[in-house]
Amino acid sequence: MALVYTLDFEKPLNRLEAQIESLERGERPDDLPPEKDASTLRKEHTQLLRRLYSGLTPWDTVRVARHPKRPQSRDYISMICKDFCELHGDRRFREDPAIITGFGRIGSIKCLIVGHHKGRDTQEKLACHFGCAHPEGYRKALLKMQLAAKFRLPIVTFVDTPGAYPGIGAEQRGQAEAIAVNLREMSRLKTPIVSIVIGEGGSGGALGIAVADRVAMLEHAWYSVISPEGCAAILWKEANEKNNNAAAEALHLTARENKRLGIIDAIIKEPLGGAHRDPLKSADNLRKWIIEQLDELRRIKPETLPARRYERFRNLGKFTERPLPADDA
Amino acid sequence: MSRAPVRSWTELKPARATRVPEGLWLRCPACAQMIYRKQMESNLHCCPECDHHFRIGAVERVRQLLDDGSFVSMFTNLFTNDPLKFVDSRPYKDRLAKEQERTGEDEGVQCGEGFIKGRAVMLCVLDLNFFMGTLSSVVGEKITRSIEYATERDLPMVIVSASGGARMQESGLSLMQMAKTAAALARFDDAGGLYISVLTDPTTGGVTASFAMLGDVILAEPRALIGFAGPRVIKQTIRQDLPEGFQTSEFLLDAGMVDRVVPRRELRNEIARLIDFANK
Ligand SMILES: [Zn+2]
Repeated sequence: MALVYTLDFEKPLNRLEAQIESLERGERPDDLPPEKDASTLRKEHTQLLRRLYSGLTPWDTVRVARHPKRPQSRDYISMICKDFCELHGDRRFREDPAIITGFGRIGSIKCLIVGHHKGRDTQEKLACHFGCAHPEGYRKALLKMQLAAKFRLPIVTFVDTPGAYPGIGAEQRGQAEAIAVNLREMSRLKTPIVSIVIGEGGSGGALGIAVADRVAMLEHAWYSVISPEGCAAILWKEANEKNNNAAAEALHLTARENKRLGIIDAIIKEPLGGAHRDPLKSADNLRKWIIEQLDELRRIKPETLPARRYERFRNLGKFTERPLPADDA
Repeated sequence: MSRAPVRSWTELKPARATRVPEGLWLRCPACAQMIYRKQMESNLHCCPECDHHFRIGAVERVRQLLDDGSFVSMFTNLFTNDPLKFVDSRPYKDRLAKEQERTGEDEGVQCGEGFIKGRAVMLCVLDLNFFMGTLSSVVGEKITRSIEYATERDLPMVIVSASGGARMQESGLSLMQMAKTAAALARFDDAGGLYISVLTDPTTGGVTASFAMLGDVILAEPRALIGFAGPRVIKQTIRQDLPEGFQTSEFLLDAGMVDRVVPRRELRNEIARLIDFANK
């Protein structure tokens, strides 16, 4: 039960977890009151977990979203997809492992899956630049999405990136252009698209694969125009614990806030204590939501999807509109 | 053809310094000559000695690009209302009020119809003087309405970009303006519209990664800073010095990312010529 990596706000759980483990090994900790056994401790653990996770601050949420044990795109693909057939390369420059693309079946639905990938071990993380894709990653995603549209396959994207990669080659090869073209082209693909922010939804690099008919976030994911640290460094002049906290709050980056603002359509529940405690349960929730959406979207004429998708994004933004003065109308 | 020396990053002005210091005379930041302000201003705000392009606001840009008196300002009835109640060291509301008082403008974009050498166009100009030309809900909405207006009337669309990127104080709502404007451009493209994107110093972040890089033809003013990520972020990430002239217009031209680098005095001619080639 004990996790190798503990978030600060999860520390109160450690003592309980250690006690439960000792009991399971058949040793009784000296500090344990006699009336308590493993089952009462587990109950306490669950209650504490529920309490801690119901009061997460936005900055805590960001840390849960970055938990090293949190399931990534490849994990979800292996849990919810049958016959995954990965497709590589942008046919232009090189294969970018920071974005995975491939055909697969979710339930009985054949689809194209696209997802940012951060990497598990050090070597993979370095190859994926910790989930920061290069232009070739975005171009590969578009190439495969256009392929899906050609064969009328729905598209499912998993968003999990701190942001698009900032580097010399990325700029030289048109990081901005690659993202911009994805935004434009995804808006007019004549096939259903659903996107789920499964961990980090960092700025344009996230949006670059998230122009969809339905957008959801996992309960403890974040989605925003900039990371709290980036925002703190610019607006608070320094990224530190206090400022990151304030920036995370101000950015309204949680699933609940994004739902309130209309940026996402749904929040997908995570198992108690976050997806990292029960990846299978999290995958199950994810699969159910995807199948539900695709079942609905498949009943809509594909030709009419771009117009609907346009309306969805067209209505995003908040401002005050006053009547035009007569001489200006 | 000789090319003006390309400045390195360290020589570029910090993003904040958008206003030229007051006074009858000023020192050109590129050639260090003392120049007479009036002469610089009557030269389209370019240095008479070295042709350095000074940054200009949206009102001045509209004046330079369009035929005299032809501009009809549109969508002036949309106002920013601090949807997130954003507060950093100061409330967004106060920052907005201060920008409005300083510039006399409501928001960071000028949109409207006008003529360029007799050719009707729909023009949007981001205003660097207002909140660094950042992409707020209102800026995104005005640009989207402009694109929709141009789509209905088959008007050539010209967007002059100058921006620090997204408006952080509107967070996700700012981010969504990227998708919104790009989607409007998809429909404009479907309808066969001509979109000329003009990149000026500086064009960065979410603006570059949406409408700015989606032009059918992309023009850039000389030696403008154009990029997705900021140089500081890149430097921190790769822990290397950036190459000479990195992220300038000329760098992007070499990289195949823009069609033409066009000096300010030629912009009107070039846009008019492109409209003619596209039969618009
Ligand atoms: Zn000069």
